[in-house]
Amino acid sequence: MPSTHDWINNPLGVVEGMFAASQNNPNSGWEAKAVEFFKDHLKEKDAHTWVPSLNDVPLHYLKPNSLVKFRCLIQDMFDPEFYMGVYEAVDPSTKVLRCGKYKDVTECGVDFDSRNTVTAERQTFYCVPIPGENPWVKEISSSCLGFVQARVVPSTSYAPTRQKRSYEEDDDMDDMDTQMQREPHTGPQSPTEQHGNGDCKRRETEAPSSQTAPASHLDLNFPLPGEKGPSCLVKVYEDWDGFKLNDTLEVFGILSVSPALSALADKKDASSSLLDPTECMETAEEQRVHSPPASLVPRLHVLYAKPLPHNNPLLPSATLEDNSAFLSSTLSEMASVRAELLTFLTPILLGDALAAEYLILHLISNVYSRRDVLPLGKFTLNLSGCPTVASYTERFYQIIQQLVPSSYYLGMSLQNMNQMRFVPKKDYSANRLVSGALQLARNTSLFLDETQLEQGQLDTAGVRNVTALGNLITWQKVDYDFNYHQMEFPCNINVLIASEGRSLLPSDCQIHLQSQITPPHMEEYLSSIHVHPQASQLNKFRMYLSVARLLNYSISDEVTKSVEDDFVDMRKDDPQSISAEDLHRMLVVARLLSLSLGQTSLSRDSWLRAKHIELLRRSRMEQHTCVNGNEP
Amino acid sequence: MSSPTSTPGGRKRGRNTNPSTPSSEGPTSPPSQRRRGQDSSTGDLMPMPTSPATDMLSPAAPQDNSLLSSPRPSVLPNEVDMSSPLMYGTPMRGTPARQRPDLGSVRKAPQVDLQSEPPSADGAVTSESNTGQRLVIWGTDVNVGTCKEKFQRKVMVFISVVGDPVLNVNCLHVQSFDAELYRQLICYPQEVIPTFDMAVNELFFERFPDSILEFQIQVRPYNALKTRNMRNLNPEDIDQLITISGMVIRTSQLIPEMQEAFFQCQVCAFSTRVEVDRGRIAEPSVCRNCNTTHSLAIVHNRSVFSDKQMVKIQESPEDMPAGQTPHTTIVYAHNDLVDKVQPGDRINITGVYRAVPMRANPRQSNVKSVYKTHIDAIHFHKTDEKRLHGLDEDAEQKLFTEDRVQTLKELAAKPDVYERLSSALAPSIYEHEDIKKGILLQLFGGARKDFSQTGRGNFRADVNILLCGDPGTSKSQLLQYVYNLVPRGQYTSGKGSSAVGLTAYVMRDPETRQLVLQTGALVLSDNGICCIDEFDKMSDSTRSVLHEVMEQQTLSIAKAGIICQLNARTSVLAAANPIESQWNPKKTTIENIQLPHTLLSRFDLIFLMLDPQDEAYDRRLAHHLVSLYYQSEEQIEEEFLDMAVLRDYIAYARTYINPRLSEEASQALIEAYVDMRKIGSGRGMVSAYPRQLESLIRLAEAHAKVRFSEKVETIDVEEAKRLHREALKQSATDPRTGFVDISILTTGMSATARKRKEEVAQALKKLIQAKGKTPAMKYQQLLEDLRGQSENAITKELFDEALRALADEDYLTVTGKTVRLLA
Repeated sequence: MPSTHDWINNPLGVVEGMFAASQNNPNSGWEAKAVEFFKDHLKEKDAHTWVPSLNDVPLHYLKPNSLVKFRCLIQDMFDPEFYMGVYEAVDPSTKVLRCGKYKDVTECGVDFDSRNTVTAERQTFYCVPIPGENPWVKEISSSCLGFVQARVVPSTSYAPTRQKRSYEEDDDMDDMDTQMQREPHTGPQSPTEQHGNGDCKRRETEAPSSQTAPASHLDLNFPLPGEKGPSCLVKVYEDWDGFKLNDTLEVFGILSVSPALSALADKKDASSSLLDPTECMETAEEQRVHSPPASLVPRLHVLYAKPLPHNNPLLPSATLEDNSAFLSSTLSEMASVRAELLTFLTPILLGDALAAEYLILHLISNVYSRRDVLPLGKFTLNLSGCPTVASYTERFYQIIQQLVPSSYYLGMSLQNMNQMRFVPKKDYSANRLVSGALQLARNTSLFLDETQLEQGQLDTAGVRNVTALGNLITWQKVDYDFNYHQMEFPCNINVLIASEGRSLLPSDCQIHLQSQITPPHMEEYLSSIHVHPQASQLNKFRMYLSVARLLNYSISDEVTKSVEDDFVDMRKDDPQSISAEDLHRMLVVARLLSLSLGQTSLSRDSWLRAKHIELLRRSRMEQHTCVNGNEP
Repeated sequence: MSSPTSTPGGRKRGRNTNPSTPSSEGPTSPPSQRRRGQDSSTGDLMPMPTSPATDMLSPAAPQDNSLLSSPRPSVLPNEVDMSSPLMYGTPMRGTPARQRPDLGSVRKAPQVDLQSEPPSADGAVTSESNTGQRLVIWGTDVNVGTCKEKFQRKVMVFISVVGDPVLNVNCLHVQSFDAELYRQLICYPQEVIPTFDMAVNELFFERFPDSILEFQIQVRPYNALKTRNMRNLNPEDIDQLITISGMVIRTSQLIPEMQEAFFQCQVCAFSTRVEVDRGRIAEPSVCRNCNTTHSLAIVHNRSVFSDKQMVKIQESPEDMPAGQTPHTTIVYAHNDLVDKVQPGDRINITGVYRAVPMRANPRQSNVKSVYKTHIDAIHFHKTDEKRLHGLDEDAEQKLFTEDRVQTLKELAAKPDVYERLSSALAPSIYEHEDIKKGILLQLFGGARKDFSQTGRGNFRADVNILLCGDPGTSKSQLLQYVYNLVPRGQYTSGKGSSAVGLTAYVMRDPETRQLVLQTGALVLSDNGICCIDEFDKMSDSTRSVLHEVMEQQTLSIAKAGIICQLNARTSVLAAANPIESQWNPKKTTIENIQLPHTLLSRFDLIFLMLDPQDEAYDRRLAHHLVSLYYQSEEQIEEEFLDMAVLRDYIAYARTYINPRLSEEASQALIEAYVDMRKIGSGRGMVSAYPRQLESLIRLAEAHAKVRFSEKVETIDVEEAKRLHREALKQSATDPRTGFVDISILTTGMSATARKRKEEVAQALKKLIQAKGKTPAMKYQQLLEDLRGQSENAITKELFDEALRALADEDYLTVTGKTVRLLA
């Protein structure tokens, strides 16, 4: 059905058609119409899955100037740029007006002195794939795309790009070769299958090569070390004030990889003449960052950008409120899934059911609001008493990785603390924000492994990093370093600290693991818990955690009253035992407990249960005070 | 100039550029020019003997026989390009005109008689038809004659000419003089500013015919209210006069930009000059003298260059919406504006906004469809320069809309405004009403007074507050809130900051390799609030720098060859934890937080944040916390003023309200002070010092500001007294007697404790005298004797102190374990 897909394969044709039609009618508002056209088409059932994704398909398989989508995080915002919205061809015989919107390069010589030229403004964002996105998210989102690729790509973009490959460096060819060697041929495959199948693998094998090759001269500025995937210069044409740094978006736009962009950049390097004032001004670094070769960092001209409240591909793309059928079916199941998850997590936490319960609460926590400076709903968990044998924490993290859409493991070794860049810093010579490990998307799970900490000295950078972590945990904000001043960016990161004793970092809640396994058997036990649950069960857990986080929550007046009474009573018995801070925590625990059971308002039972588990946890803490010297 | 035109305005203009003009200039006509030697400063550098190189630059001026004298002799433009009305008219008594690269090559714009022009050629219509003269500059509606005349009248009205050959013109004055002229200035700066130049020069030489200037006067407009914020720049602003504020982040090296190329024929040595047009030189292919083709070669050191510098500015953090990164803009500074600003400066720039298309490549038909934008600076105004010397009324003023002022005034008229505001402060923190009130008064601050004539210097107007108390009583949260509320706030933690971090440090700038002074938190929060958490964990050396800041409000620095005094008129809001992690009610404040009393006495208010432990309080607290967790945003806003209103209210009061003491208020203050002294004197101790009186005055003034009252009245004094007493009651109560005793804060020891020390010393003296003439005694023996004699328990510390007191009287000395009598 080629006619249906014209708007995907040749979106510029659609735009230009509308532009041409509007020429006789100055107030046609064709720009709004064009955006509306694409929005409507994308709303159609499954339409958005037909659009190839830059996350999954290697760049050279995508047709230039076609519609693609990109799931990304806004890493940096560049300055707005002025471009020729409408320009006139210089050739006097054809004096035609052209539309420059959604394009990087003009198609013909431009008559600069024409009075029909219209200057317009657009904003450029530097976007990277969502940092710490776990492999399962990528697999699932590319697999639901697979059939589209099979249908669309071969018919159109495949042939031209094939041809083009020979021009390019041999990197890709090498890759293909190595891949072929690694994959023993399993007989003739249908082209569809080969493509859909090979796609994932190619992505994996190819990404490092595309990373290492350019790394020598271009740092793609990923927040986390070892990240791969394309970064993209996203050009936004409207409402750019609505976007914020670190927003996660799904962008639908026109892919522009015109080699002219790179050619222009090269030419500049070669001949920086004295007389052109604009050229000697920008440093080479800035050039490189702001106009990198398009083959490496493609441009994406946005037609429609959708903010992503989560990046879990298992959830339907519509918001929960709009999808009441889905919501009611999952809500009814939540209690049972929770029980399953609890039994799944308990052996991993050495048979400690209470810790497993707290872990679930932590995994669904979310900063849902801020009262002046106070973030509400955060629940940083400090899991103390982790065994240091048999790389327990790493195994534990692997489980977490299986459950949440994006996560990052940060071993708090002295080397990491002293050398890693945590806080993003503005590099004024290249005029960009150099990313740091704490520039993470919302609801990313940050796993801090404090068991890696060894004796030694933190240098200035290390102290600053520890302070940044402390600020992140207490205020859920990161102060980005702008050299002359600092700027505060609120964030929403779930921090889980695994430590032997009480963590040196602050936390909302500390729970000491009570191992049911005796130390001599620990190693044996740990090697046996290498659990791989069934995919269907895992998917259930994944859905459960994401949905629980998105639910709304309220407290009725009666429950408020009883909570108040409880607090007063507890204070009456022993004022030292419970402070305002404890009440804060109990309210968060109660909230998360209700949500984990799929209840959207606090019931008396949940409150009592929250009180109960808090009591259990605190009684455990008392046994373990003075574990190390960090207590005040 | 090809200028991209604006989108919606529809004011399409093309400008006639006339490339043939340069070649029409005669070989012997050096046009108005400026030379490299002239740029760096005005007059004082000139008398330097010129090097041969500079000499070569002006060979066309053989009459130049007074090279060593300032000003530089003239180079007369003896051929005036008659096609342009903007040629700098008649040469003004030998004063050279100076090219204005900041405005581009305007001189080629021809004057067009509107009547003869086809009406379709231009959308702009003159509005000065009343003058009868209908000559306008092509493409604009600027009428040179009218414009000049208006500006001359304006200058007569507003400005007297000063020494520098630069005339800074406040655009606001232009606007109030003639709105039409202002509009023209904003829309066509490229044409109007040279006209202004012309006008002011004519006027100047008419009035002072004998004066000698280095070059003709240049007009520099500033404070164009077109744009204040970089974020608001859009295509409509291209080629208009704008003013934006920002912070300099980078400056480039000096770039010599060729203004005029000098060509010499290789065959006949005939020379010609070609002006650079839009970065290009139209190289003459044929020598006009000998008609040889391609014989002309450029001679670089006879060409004319001008200075140019790229300055990159970034949005100031205050102007930015939350969650976005700051924008940057490139600014070109020309001539004497070069090196006027340094990275880190906060400046207001007035200039012309430009957009240049990316250079088209002749070999490539398609070009990048983006423009490069920059601002040609005409005027720099540093906003932080004045901060070091005094309050800057221009830059500091936050602009309030009429509506906003109205809302604020309505709010101020409410009788309970004080309570309202204090409850709006950090609503997530429960109760502590008096502390919030104290912080509110701190946010407003007292009135600034200048006693420098009487030798006292500036009088501190800022209120300092110390919060101490149990951990977990949301002190840090309160600090965070204040830090987020005030525009120029700084937040540091005592543990993490060093003395240099608070004051200033010298570092080598990575760009320029020069030593630069980097200011620390206290200087950065000048006119703001410096929040210092974990005050008690600060090292002694760090704390000692606070002494000067908290009373004199300056910071003296002498390091790495830089000796200076910086202003640090900051209010300090500090939080300290007790030494023993829990507040010990049996000890005094000093003993609990172990801070030197010299520092403590500099705090106007010291509050204790303790856990009150009573049922009614608990219930209210619980209610407050629970509601925090379920109320929606809208409900919250109904209950409290939002942060923006509070911020504006404070900013308005700080800027516009400057209360003075009324007669009754002064009387009340005197009474209050006398009362405070009386309380103590009854028990033989002093409970108030002049510092406390000053605190009272500041607090009363701040309270008057809260009411938007220009007069401090008795109610203000009453509230100040009450708050001061509350704070005193909490922090300066002697745990041994239960009385308020200010000397705990001023001397670090309560009066009873001091009395006790004296008693012990006397007893010891008696004991020694009773022993008769023994020149030396054993330390341990003496302690035991004293213990046996006294009915009270004598601690070792007490005994040591008594010994020290006697040693101070030169009665004895202590060496090791023996005590010797001196007498």
